[in-house]
Amino acid sequence: MTVGFIFVGPKTDFGYNQSHAEGAAVIAKLPGVKIREEEMVPETSAVQKTMESMINLDNATLLFPTSFGYFDPHILKEAAKNKGVTFLHCGGMYQEGKHPTNVGSYFGYIDEAQYVAGIVAGLTTKSNKLGFIAAKPIPQVLRNINSYTLGAKSVNPKVTTSVIFTGDWSMPVKEAEAANSLIDQGADVLTMHVDSPKVIVETAERRGVFVTGYHVNQSALAPKGYLTGAEWNWGKVYTDYVNWIQGGKAWPHLLRGGLKEGFVKVSPYGKAVSAAAKKKADAAKAKFMAGTMVIYKGPLKDNTGKVVIAAGAEQKQTDIALEKMDYLVDGVVGKTH
Amino acid sequence: MGIGVSIGALSPATERSPQAATLAAAAAEARRDAWRRSIESVAIPLGAIAAALVLFGVFMALTGRNPLAVYHEMFRGSFGTAFSFQNTLQRAAPIMLTALATAIPLRLGLVVLGGEGAMVLGGLAAAAVGIHLHSPFSIKLGMFVTGSLVGGAWVAGAGALRAYRGVNETISSLLLNYIAIALLNHIVEGPLRDPSSLNKPSTLPIGDDNMLGNLPGLDVHWGLGFALIACLIAWFLMQRTTFGFAARMVGGNVRAALLNGLPVRRLIVIATFLGGLGAGLAGAVEVAAIHGNANASLVTGYGYTGVLVAFIARANPFGVIPVALLLGGIGASGGLLQRVFELPDATVNVLQGTIFIAILFSDSLYGRRWGRAKSAKAVAA
Repeated sequence: MTVGFIFVGPKTDFGYNQSHAEGAAVIAKLPGVKIREEEMVPETSAVQKTMESMINLDNATLLFPTSFGYFDPHILKEAAKNKGVTFLHCGGMYQEGKHPTNVGSYFGYIDEAQYVAGIVAGLTTKSNKLGFIAAKPIPQVLRNINSYTLGAKSVNPKVTTSVIFTGDWSMPVKEAEAANSLIDQGADVLTMHVDSPKVIVETAERRGVFVTGYHVNQSALAPKGYLTGAEWNWGKVYTDYVNWIQGGKAWPHLLRGGLKEGFVKVSPYGKAVSAAAKKKADAAKAKFMAGTMVIYKGPLKDNTGKVVIAAGAEQKQTDIALEKMDYLVDGVVGKTH
Repeated sequence: MGIGVSIGALSPATERSPQAATLAAAAAEARRDAWRRSIESVAIPLGAIAAALVLFGVFMALTGRNPLAVYHEMFRGSFGTAFSFQNTLQRAAPIMLTALATAIPLRLGLVVLGGEGAMVLGGLAAAAVGIHLHSPFSIKLGMFVTGSLVGGAWVAGAGALRAYRGVNETISSLLLNYIAIALLNHIVEGPLRDPSSLNKPSTLPIGDDNMLGNLPGLDVHWGLGFALIACLIAWFLMQRTTFGFAARMVGGNVRAALLNGLPVRRLIVIATFLGGLGAGLAGAVEVAAIHGNANASLVTGYGYTGVLVAFIARANPFGVIPVALLLGGIGASGGLLQRVFELPDATVNVLQGTIFIAILFSDSLYGRRWGRAKSAKAVAA
């Protein structure tokens, strides 16, 4: 069967799009699978026409339009028009009964990997200042910032994370400025949630500070300063879907997973990571793998002093409350708006 | 040139007075000139595009791909099937409208790059108005009028800065784009955010029943119809009215225009406003036909593609139509090139750039007297 992949940015961005392209490369090796890829497709009627083009001209029967913004209205519209084609989207937004049945949505709990990276960062920093460069203050991003900070604080209570929001997903110049500004303020470990972490990782390396990556492994860009990183593992998710669909089996419309399910992974530790940090990080990873780790549990305060989770309460990964996160936890320097 | 040559060419046997004969010859010369100009205006751009395609073929061959196979896929992806042709039309529609934001002011000699910002804010304003209206008709009308006016006012801002403060309109309109995008992000993430739009901050939806539909018999929305009408109106305005004549005079020689008492400043503001109307309408159509609300997906780069279209069309609003179709076709076939030949998207930019340079170069070929120069030399010899 022919499987189409659509990317909003370049496939070689060292970031979000590359993580999906790496997944596509995994399923391209499966027997009976041919892939067709198109990059730089904006989230407007262009992506609808690209999907139709893949269906009409390439005879694709399974599509992975990977950008978050492709779902509503573009995938929903095309799925209603093309009943024989399966549309699988990255974002976890499928609603039973409301959306067409040839649509599925998957997502990964990458904040688990951010928590582990936070532990490494918390035990590596000398200044106790971490820097986080983020695109927009939306729930998914806030969750990564908070999990990273909670991971760091679990091993080093003195740590603070300073956040700079750039306002958009791909702003290389602003991202470099933010990285420099955080380093000037004393941050000695940087991380990020933007589409392409490339310039931030390179800026950190050039300025001689540490960095933990995001989306894919960026260690090649910072051989000295790359500590670890939170990576997607879409190859596993895509292989599962292709096997289900090729085998004619029912496939889940909503599929989510974290470290345990193999949806996300932690980059191999860099040279600068101490044995003690590795030990603590591995212990946390083992708890995630065992399914016993809960990141969000009370008492938890936000950075304005308000209690967001009461003592004794817990919010497990699947808790719907986490999808609406609108706060930054205590220890984060920054504002959500 | 003309007259001297004509007199020399006159037969001494003519019975008419020399003056009348000269006039007749001059008229014939003018007719020939008009013919030559209209042939040129078709043949030169087509020749330039053909040359660019040949160059692109060489480039493809250098990367180890068969140029003929590349041309074949390009044709299949853009005009070769009914689906592909509609794909091309759909992609051409918004860039026809954004092209007007550059094409109309270019007639006055102004290089305006503000289509992107006008489109983004036009879309935002349309969405903001649409949610407060009630019937499907009033929603659409309100959206198109507001979106156009806001887009017009935005670009007219750059025009007014030029006219009354001497600020370079190219720089100011470019910078206004960044401000427009920042405003869009701020407003959809703040004051106008639909609280249920969690990870993709958006305004409230205008409702599925109020969306702009497709043209009859086509899988292309009404935006194409609006774009064609807007280009034709703009063409009529610039070519067939005194306003258009005055505007072109400003572009031709601003001192002469001033000496003739033309209100140059007012013309600049009006022309930039009219151009912005097109781009603002493009934004309103994006919201009404595609997104149903305003969000960051309105930032598509169509404004910048419109600049390219306006220049290739030599600022002629009618010329914008075929050029937008050409670039729409390149966009539609570009996807297929990526998929079939595993080429990066940048390949399409290379092709667009090659066409752009070929067309700019071909500007120097207009008005050449092909063959005439040679025969004149022969006569002299």
